[in-house]
Amino acid sequence: MKTRELYLEFSVGLFMLLGLAAIGYMSVKLAKKDFFDTGGYPVHALFSNVGGLSPGAPVEIAGVQIGRVKEITLDDYDAKVLMIMNEDVELQEDVIASIKTNGLFGEKFVEIVPGGVDEIIQPGGIIIETEPAMDFEGLISKFVHGKF
Amino acid sequence: MFVRLTLWLGGIGTFHIRRVGRSGIFLIESLACLLTPPIKWGRIARRIQFIGWQSTGLICLTGAFTGMVLALQGYNTLKRVGSEALLGPLVALSLIRELGPVLAALLVTGRAGSALTAEISIMRNNEQVDAMKLMGLNPLRYLVFPAMVAGVISLTILTWIFDVTGIFGGYLIGVKLLGLPSGTYFGEISRYLEMDDIVGGIYKSLSFGLIMTWICCYKGYYTGIGAEGASKATTQAVVTTSVFILIWDFFVTTVIF
Repeated sequence: MKTRELYLEFSVGLFMLLGLAAIGYMSVKLAKKDFFDTGGYPVHALFSNVGGLSPGAPVEIAGVQIGRVKEITLDDYDAKVLMIMNEDVELQEDVIASIKTNGLFGEKFVEIVPGGVDEIIQPGGIIIETEPAMDFEGLISKFVHGKF
Repeated sequence: MFVRLTLWLGGIGTFHIRRVGRSGIFLIESLACLLTPPIKWGRIARRIQFIGWQSTGLICLTGAFTGMVLALQGYNTLKRVGSEALLGPLVALSLIRELGPVLAALLVTGRAGSALTAEISIMRNNEQVDAMKLMGLNPLRYLVFPAMVAGVISLTILTWIFDVTGIFGGYLIGVKLLGLPSGTYFGEISRYLEMDDIVGGIYKSLSFGLIMTWICCYKGYYTGIGAEGASKATTQAVVTTSVFILIWDFFVTTVIF
């Protein structure tokens, strides 16, 4: 009787732990869900066009990921992008943020070109110099109509 | 002639409407045990052991082979359009959104649902259920409610195990056999898999668990007489559950995805 009870508890416990391991693997490792606030500080940037950028997209310097896009809102007919930067990355006041595409048709991300001045952007600060997403259709129609 | 036909059709109609009503009342009375303690945790644990733990091996085996055949078939199709790199998302998304919940539910119905119906219907035939009623015990609280809770919990967990073993089965074929880079397989999965897909799969398996235990317990509780009645009830329970799971799956998919 005693061993049967022990076996019951052990097997049910093991079964539930297996299930938790499976869902944990799927959501954290595969779906990249942040259950914990991983730290980092917010920085804003205003773009005239973010075409195709979505929350969760990476923010990179020299191809290395240094943060993520948290949300995109409309602010006085410009797109206001809130990004969460890693704690150990310092951005100078004159950095340039631009929206780039991974390959020709890949996903959009924010690339930051480092600046040269000594002042550092504080948490909650704003990146002043930005370049909007490249507008392929616009470029092609300009080319077709010869208005370069 | 006309009057007799109308009476006959009306009789069939009321019979079926009454049956739907009886199964609905059965479900509500069983779930009402949740609000009126005591809840029999020991019985729930034993049911989880039976429905969940003892099905784990079966689920791992079938999950792995489902993932493997998905990878094999998907690779051949994707190769024609030159996008073998998307094999990982193909396997993972089909498993998590669709095949995991449905196949796990069908397998568990065949393995545990049929046993549930047979057990309750034999207890019914031996008049054990009536004996419980005479002693003032609610048979729904002791037999049906623990099975429902355990079915919902077990099927959800089994679906997760099915999904993960399937993804690794696909990895085995895609990466080890067909030579896709390992980083591509998992990297593309994490690029395309969203939390909404996983949550949708969880909704599905929760509802399938309830449907399975509801129909199987109902068929056992209102079984026929003798060995023939029990065998008929078991067959009906498995067939009805499988059909309802597939129909319900279609409607859930149109609503949540």
